[in-house]
Amino acid sequence: MAEVIKVRNLHKEYGATVAVDDVSFSVQEGEIFGILGRNGAGKTTTVECVEGLRAADRGEISVLGLDPQRDRAELTQLLGVQLQDSQLPDKLTVAEALDLYSAFYRAPADWRALLELLGLAEKARTPFKKLSGGQKQRLSIALALVANPRVAVLDELTTGLDPQARRDTWELIEGIRDRGVTIVLVSHFMEEAERLCDRVALIDAGRVVAIDSPASLAEQAQAEQRIAFRPSAPFEDGLLTSLPSVHGLTRRGEVVTVTGGADALLEVITTLSRAQITPQRLRVDQGNLEDAFLELTGHHAVKEQVR
Amino acid sequence: MSVATRASAAASAGAAPRRSALGQLARVELKLFLREKVGPVWGIGLPMLLLVIFGSIPAFKKELPGSGGLTTLDTYVPILILLSLGLLSLVAMPLTIVNYRERGVLRRLRTTPAGPVRVLAAQLIVYLGMAIVTVALIVAVGRLAYGVPLPRQFGAWLLSLVFAVAALLAMGLFVAAVGPNPRAAGAIGSLLFYPLMFFSGLWLPIPAMPAVLQHIAHATPLGAAWEGFQQAILGHWPPVLGLVAMAAWAVVFALAAARFFRWD
Repeated sequence: MAEVIKVRNLHKEYGATVAVDDVSFSVQEGEIFGILGRNGAGKTTTVECVEGLRAADRGEISVLGLDPQRDRAELTQLLGVQLQDSQLPDKLTVAEALDLYSAFYRAPADWRALLELLGLAEKARTPFKKLSGGQKQRLSIALALVANPRVAVLDELTTGLDPQARRDTWELIEGIRDRGVTIVLVSHFMEEAERLCDRVALIDAGRVVAIDSPASLAEQAQAEQRIAFRPSAPFEDGLLTSLPSVHGLTRRGEVVTVTGGADALLEVITTLSRAQITPQRLRVDQGNLEDAFLELTGHHAVKEQVR
Repeated sequence: MSVATRASAAASAGAAPRRSALGQLARVELKLFLREKVGPVWGIGLPMLLLVIFGSIPAFKKELPGSGGLTTLDTYVPILILLSLGLLSLVAMPLTIVNYRERGVLRRLRTTPAGPVRVLAAQLIVYLGMAIVTVALIVAVGRLAYGVPLPRQFGAWLLSLVFAVAALLAMGLFVAAVGPNPRAAGAIGSLLFYPLMFFSGLWLPIPAMPAVLQHIAHATPLGAAWEGFQQAILGHWPPVLGLVAMAAWAVVFALAAARFFRWD
């Protein structure tokens, strides 16, 4: 598969603050590539350099074979952009905004079909100010797609949306990828990346700490499984702590929690059943991207959960 | 219908005829200007209202001694024109542009082929168009309703108008360039607007000012413009120094605006 975006040793400082410190990654054609990290990790600066909004201090960037600074005019024709916190004039209607933006491009998409696609058809005559958060977000996605872009960069797509609107937006993004658009998704929201991204780059303090698929990142982080259950009959700790894959056992009230390696679950279940004990309300916590992030950077990705 | 098939339908129907991005921007900006109401109410409504009020005061229709046969109202019509131009270019236009910067509209446009320069150009087109409409309206209503004479030397009058508009729009762009947010831009715009209006003779006619103030007035763009209008109404060409003064204000502020303008 062709490399659509190549970033090599990108470096950007604001005064004495290093925002992006030697970041490299590449995005393959047709994938959804996530750029993940906490607020202020350097994600937005990185994509702003890719979009050509900022000039890098050092490093090389190529998008569809173009230099974002030198080939700006050509790149804007091919790159759809959704910016974080970018708004429209209050009294501009949805249809006017799409009609206007479609006039900018050589070969624009049919914006009326985009309205349908994004579920904004009934809102065509509604001014920007009167749209809900989810509708504004969908409009800004529509404006990114009206270019008929080969690559779309979407920055903090679902921040501030309610869970339903967030899920709808995710479905939409998958639909857009299915039509062949390569997508770069900037997010500080791990669940979003886990659900959508083929590969993610974890960025922390301006540096890439890992690039891989969400599943294999989570797997790497999955040093320990946590198995919690209520035993149907009492048993001695030694029954389970003697097992080779089990590392620890704690009890809280009736609930027993066992931690252990990859084979711990199988060993615990078979040992319990041999002792004729049923593990009731069995729960197994697998490692996820959040754990991976925590392990790789030493802190949590999301400080405030957006609800 | 699945999302994907609808998407491909959206992608394939992109054969609309090419339209000029600037033309579309200007059309949209004009609509927004009319919807926002600030420009129409303050830039056009207020000067028209003042014209009607002044026109209805009998004392304003008495001939001014030493004015070459003009009435007070006749000398006020150019001031009302400048009032309208000042409000449009120093207050309304910078507010729109700074608001666009604050809301990321300019930043977003930087990622499109249109670029943010075109939205500024569209603003200038809209405000220039509005200025022309307002000036024509003030002159026409003054003439038809209150018998204010048309300038005898129309070319000279037009010359002063063009120089005044250039100076004011340049100052408006400067305000938009240095105003970090709409509130600050409003304050900076007012800071320029009120002294400039004072020297146009809005509160005290220039001929009634002390000599020092008269000299200053002639060096300010609106004072020079008023003098030019006054001369044109009487059939004379504007003093060259007045034109030079207006051109200097236009150039200095345009350069400063270009130097300090930020897209985000």
